[in-house]
Formats: sequence, C-alpha cells, structure tokens
Amino acid sequence: MATKTYAGVNIEVNDEGYMTDSSQWTKEVANEIAKEEGIELTDKHFEVIEYIRNKVAAGESLTIRGINKSGVVNAKIFYQLFPGAPLKKATKISGVPKPVSCI
Amino acid sequence: MKKLLILGAGTAGTMMANKMRNNLDRDEWQITIVDQFKTHYYQPGFLFIPFGMYTKSDVVKPKSDFFPTGVKVIYSKIDKIQPEESSVLLDDGVVLKYDYLIVATGCKTAPEEVEGLKDKLWYKDIFDFYTIEGALKLAEHFKTWKGGDLVLNVSELPYKCPVAPLEFVFFADAFFTERGLRDKVNITYVTPMSGAFTKPRAAKALGDLLEEKNIKLISDFTIMQVDNDEKKIVDYGGQEVKFDCLVSIPPNLGDALIERSGMGDDMNFVPTDKHTLRSEKYENIFVIGDAANLPTSKAGSVAHFAAEILEENMMCAIEGRPFTASFDGHANCYIETGYGKGTLIDFNYDTEPLPGSFPFPGVGPFGLLKVSRMNHYGKVLFRWIYWHILLKGKEMPIDSEMQMAGKKL
Repeated sequence: MATKTYAGVNIEVNDEGYMTDSSQWTKEVANEIAKEEGIELTDKHFEVIEYIRNKVAAGESLTIRGINKSGVVNAKIFYQLFPGAPLKKATKISGVPKPVSCI
Repeated sequence: MKKLLILGAGTAGTMMANKMRNNLDRDEWQITIVDQFKTHYYQPGFLFIPFGMYTKSDVVKPKSDFFPTGVKVIYSKIDKIQPEESSVLLDDGVVLKYDYLIVATGCKTAPEEVEGLKDKLWYKDIFDFYTIEGALKLAEHFKTWKGGDLVLNVSELPYKCPVAPLEFVFFADAFFTERGLRDKVNITYVTPMSGAFTKPRAAKALGDLLEEKNIKLISDFTIMQVDNDEKKIVDYGGQEVKFDCLVSIPPNLGDALIERSGMGDDMNFVPTDKHTLRSEKYENIFVIGDAANLPTSKAGSVAHFAAEILEENMMCAIEGRPFTASFDGHANCYIETGYGKGTLIDFNYDTEPLPGSFPFPGVGPFGLLKVSRMNHYGKVLFRWIYWHILLKGKEMPIDSEMQMAGKKL
C-alpha cells in the first residue's frame, strides 16, 4: 500500500495505482490521475465516471457490454474516451477497484 | 408429495438428479428433470474434434443413460420460471409446481451478438468449436486447408472452459507441424484479457508456452465486428487482425428462458450467492453450473465441486437447518499442450493457479503449471470418469474444496 499526492491531498493507492478508498475521490483527483494516463477529462468523461462510480457503489460488476447498454456511451465512444484498455483506465480515474475478470 | 424440479439435464443438472435421488425419500419427494434435448454431449471433447482426434460418437450418449430410476424426465422446451408462484411454464402450456427448484440451464454461444460473425463466411472461413456442428465443420475444413493466417479470437468474458481456446492453439501448432504445414500457418491468439490468462502466474506460464510454440498473442482486444469482405476482425479501439481462417469463441450467454423469466443479469446469468449457491432473490431456488453468475470458471469441474456443496445445502434447506457447506469457487483444469503432453491448473475464488503437485502433495502424479505426459493422461482418463462416475453423482477421490497442500506460493 502506498500514498500518492493528487490535487494536494494524500490518496491511498495500491501497487497498480488504483485508489483503495473510493471516498477520497474528487473531480480534481480524477483530473490528475487522468493526466498521468494521458487523458484530458471532458464532461462526457465525467458522465461515464459517474455511471461507473454508481455501478460500483451498487455492488454491480462492470463490463464493456454493460457500458455499451448503459445509455451513457456506446462501446466505441468509450474506447475513444479512454483509449487502449478503457475499463482499466476508466476505473482508475473513477477511484474504484480495477474490474476483476473471472474466467 | 413434495416436489423438487431440476431445469436442465446437462452436466450439473444430471449430477444433481442423481445426488438428490439418493438423499430424498421416494415416498415423500418427487424429482422431475426437464430438458429439451435427448442427447448428452461431452463438451470437453469438442476441442479434439477439429484435429481428428475424436469423432462425434466419442462425445455423445443418450441423456437417459445417466438418469437414476425414480426421477421423472420431461423432454420439453421451457417457456419461463414464475418464481413468485413457485412454478415453471413449459412450452406446451404445462405448468410444473415445485417446492424447490434447481436451475441448471447452462450457457451457450451467441455468435449473433458480434456484428458480422455469423455472416457469409460462417462455416466457410469462420468457425466455432464450442458446438458439435462447428467442431465437425472445422474438422472438415482443416482436412484440406492449405495454410494462412489462423486467428483464434475470444469475444468476451466469461466463456465456458477458459483454457479451451489456449488448448486449441497448442493443438493447432502440433497438428500443422505434424502435417508439414506449420511454416505456412501463422497462429495468432486474440483475447480481451491483458494476457494469456487472468491471473499472474498462470498468465506468465501459459504466455511463455505460446511464445515457445511461436503463437502470437494480441491482448486487450475487445471485438467490435468481423469484416467478411476484407477478412479481418476489428476491435472498438480500431485494432485490426487479418485472418484466412477465424476460430471464434462467441459471447456465451445464459439461456433465453432466464431472460424471459426476468431472473438474469445482462448476460442472462442468474445472480447467485457465491458460497451457498442459493438464488440471491428466491429462497427456494438454487442455481448450479454455467447458469449462475458465480465469479469463477464456467466449467464442468466447477459444476462438479459445486454439486457436492449444493447437495449438502439443499438438504439443510429442506430440513430447515442453517447452511453448512460453503462453495469456494474451486476449478481444476487439465490443459492439453500438444504432442501428448499437458499442464494442469487448480484454483478458486481467492487463490490463483499456483505451481506444485496434485492431488497428493509432493507426489502428484499430476504437476500444476508444469507440462508433462502424465497431465495429458489425466485429461484422456477424464472422459471415462465423466461418463461413468461424475454424471452419476458418485464420489470422486478429489476434495470439492481446493487444497493448499502441494502448492508452492
């Protein structure tokens, strides 16, 4: 376990850089984590982030399929907003755990 | 008479029919099992068909061979479960009431979920091997195939038997080598995961095997569509992979009846307590096998270990006692690596696949995350065990709970 300073606040993160205490999350923190990922957050990003934080708070799992059906964005836009590995990046910026893929 | 109703007579449902018939008094309990099909498929055997190692007759038997006496069997499509009324509606309008229901309706491939997958190249240059039809078509195709880009694509998680696609490419490497074609066949493994497998140790070991066998790995690829004209698969991020022969693991969805019953998540899997195996919503409904949304592999071994837990917990429920058994998500998978060898992984909800020996610590005879001839024999032997011991719900000499002894951290 480590701490990192985002927006002047000490934030607890795990060794992959995911926040371990979701309640420490603020929009300012999100902006700074996003910068590290090379992403400049827009309103659309924050709509997705809100959806992700709500899903996680409700104990539901996150999938590309779920996001595609969410009505917030479709999968293609989701990839454009968080290029590369969108679920991993989006959850990191949203201050929630990295989704576990169970197979 | 009290009524136990089992939906689905695949691996999990058949095992439960056998186990519960042994437990429940025949004068007090009527057990009914419903399935639309009369044929039982040994699904782990499908993998061997494209390479001519098994034929259709190796993987099919009548379901009726495996039902115990004293269980009523109904061959019918199921319209829906009406959980509020503790009843099930069959396609022909018949209503079956139950005191307890076991949902074992499994999951199946849904190629229509990916744009362009089930299109003009389907069963010409694009195949699946998770259905008997696909496996047989692919076997025909490979008999005369001259080589090119062979691409294995996993569409989406979760899917049945998580190691089968890896075994497929390992077999393909050996198959085309033996036919003197390997230099004309480029094999690529394309997956939405970040590596060859989910968990670090297994991902490393299996990733090394891919490299050793000159199989290219493309990870973090979530398929958006298949372009039939240019013969390529495209992901949401714009990545493209060309193919001459595409072998697809289509999305796996729970049965449509789960959706019709309003009981599923967005992939039609039934939300299930991962330890007790009871439906999260209904006290007299239990879920086993691929139909459940458990965070573990969709595989026969999981259904088998879960069946022992469910047997105990169903008896607790029926007799009004607190649940005494807790499922740990145990999975145990033999992985064929080609040339008569195999490897083995053993894991659960909390413990990733680790190296070591199985089932006897230090002795084996099977090696975990090691490639050996013995592991291959384990898989070959398993088909016999499946037909003769497992489906009939008999005891196996392997603990349903995963054991740490023999594993190296």
